[in-house]
Amino acid sequence: MQGPAFVKIDGVSLVYRQAEEETLAVEDLNIDIQEGEFVAVVGPSGCGKSTLMKLVTGLLDTTAGRITIGGKPVKGPVQGVGMAFQNSTLLPWRSTLDNVMLPLEIVEPHKRRLRKEKKAYIEQAMALLKTVGLADFADKFPWQLSGGMQQRANVCRSIIHNPRLLMLDEPFGALDAFTREELWGVMQALWMEKKFTSILITHDLREATFLADRVFVMSKRPGKIILSKEIDVPRPRTLDTTFEPHFGEIVHELREHIHSVRES
Amino acid sequence: MMSEKTLIRLMPWLVTIGLFILWELLCIVTGIEKFILPRPTLVFETMVQFAPQIAHHSLQTLYTTTAGFVLGVVGGGLLGVFIGASRLVYVGLYPVLVGFNSIPKVALVPVLVIWFGIGTVPAIITAFVISFFPIVVNVATGLATIEPELRDVLRSLGASKTEILTKIGLPRAMPYLFASLKIAITLAFVGSVIAETVASNEGIGYLMLSASSSYNVPLVFAGLVVVAVMGVVMYAVAVWFERRMTGWAFRGSDLMS
Repeated sequence: MQGPAFVKIDGVSLVYRQAEEETLAVEDLNIDIQEGEFVAVVGPSGCGKSTLMKLVTGLLDTTAGRITIGGKPVKGPVQGVGMAFQNSTLLPWRSTLDNVMLPLEIVEPHKRRLRKEKKAYIEQAMALLKTVGLADFADKFPWQLSGGMQQRANVCRSIIHNPRLLMLDEPFGALDAFTREELWGVMQALWMEKKFTSILITHDLREATFLADRVFVMSKRPGKIILSKEIDVPRPRTLDTTFEPHFGEIVHELREHIHSVRES
Repeated sequence: MMSEKTLIRLMPWLVTIGLFILWELLCIVTGIEKFILPRPTLVFETMVQFAPQIAHHSLQTLYTTTAGFVLGVVGGGLLGVFIGASRLVYVGLYPVLVGFNSIPKVALVPVLVIWFGIGTVPAIITAFVISFFPIVVNVATGLATIEPELRDVLRSLGASKTEILTKIGLPRAMPYLFASLKIAITLAFVGSVIAETVASNEGIGYLMLSASSSYNVPLVFAGLVVVAVMGVVMYAVAVWFERRMTGWAFRGSDLMS
């Protein structure tokens, strides 16, 4: 399985410059991600997890080191990446369906084809909405949906165009525990079907263990990778899986590391 | 028993009529001279009596106001987009705009008269410059306050600046634009009437000025009432447009009608 890495983060550091002050946000990050792999990055708050996400997508330039995606160095915003944040950022003037279809209006080759093959694309979007249980809400506006439904729509929007790379920045962070765990299942099902390379940023260790093939633990600022943990729990994982001893052991091990980081 | 809904509908009328009755009673009780404060009944009588003149002049005012307002919407909207979309333009132009807006517009009218003579043009321009500013500021604010996460989502999809502007910026700025139109239209009346008062021989402002110079105070008040009514009507038109265009921003509430 170990081919050349799809996403290669090679000795990457970032220094934020604000006026005279310089802050080292992340230091000497080295991460290799295989194509179709689901990785999670966990760490204490303020450790530069979101910075890492911006670096990989080219929204920020590295100070040192380099990042390549599919062998090409990242320079400027990478195109066609799917992104989902903690706040759903749905457009309030668009229906759920139109929100989900937004990337198709921007990313090639869909952008070119959209007008001609509108019907096929709508069917595709409806099918996706159906898998996350939102088929009956396609015509509703974001403010008519619950928080959990908005996040489902948000996730749909991030994958509708079959992105090469999916970035999830605490997408379930603002949800209640039940909804969150339900969406883990939804997310896993979507990933197992489409296998897009995914990077999940989270501070929920159970969430990381549930969803990822590998979990990286980051230290506090300046963020460094202090642990890379293979999650050898068979898929599909269910909520019952989370109560198995082996699952618990992994979460425990991750917690120990986070704890030691916070103490130091 | 009247339902609350009917009451809400009737309230604006009840308050307006109530104010007129209060005004009437005040005049009767104090016995104030009619060339100082005429009774509303007398004002309405005058309105009927001078109906053709009032109609002529208010149509002129309506014309200059609307023309200035439309110019303000187009110019202000465009400038707002430029300022909101580009930090450089924003930094460069904003102080100039604030400075310009601080100038009392009535002080501008004499200059306009020198340039364009008296009449319609200064009134239109005054209405334009006075209604321009709130539109610019609001549109720019709507564009400049796009959530950074949303911008990141679009950028990482590969959206160009123009795409971000048309897909998010402009729709997002619409409620801000319409909110500013309500302010701008009433300000436009202030502008045109000021200009007509100072430099015109047509329009409600001119009518009021000439009425006051002949001590026809009821006619002055008739002019004031007409301006107020036109302002309310235009405001209502702006609200109607706002509801049609940006209903999503009100989340289906019954307020703001």
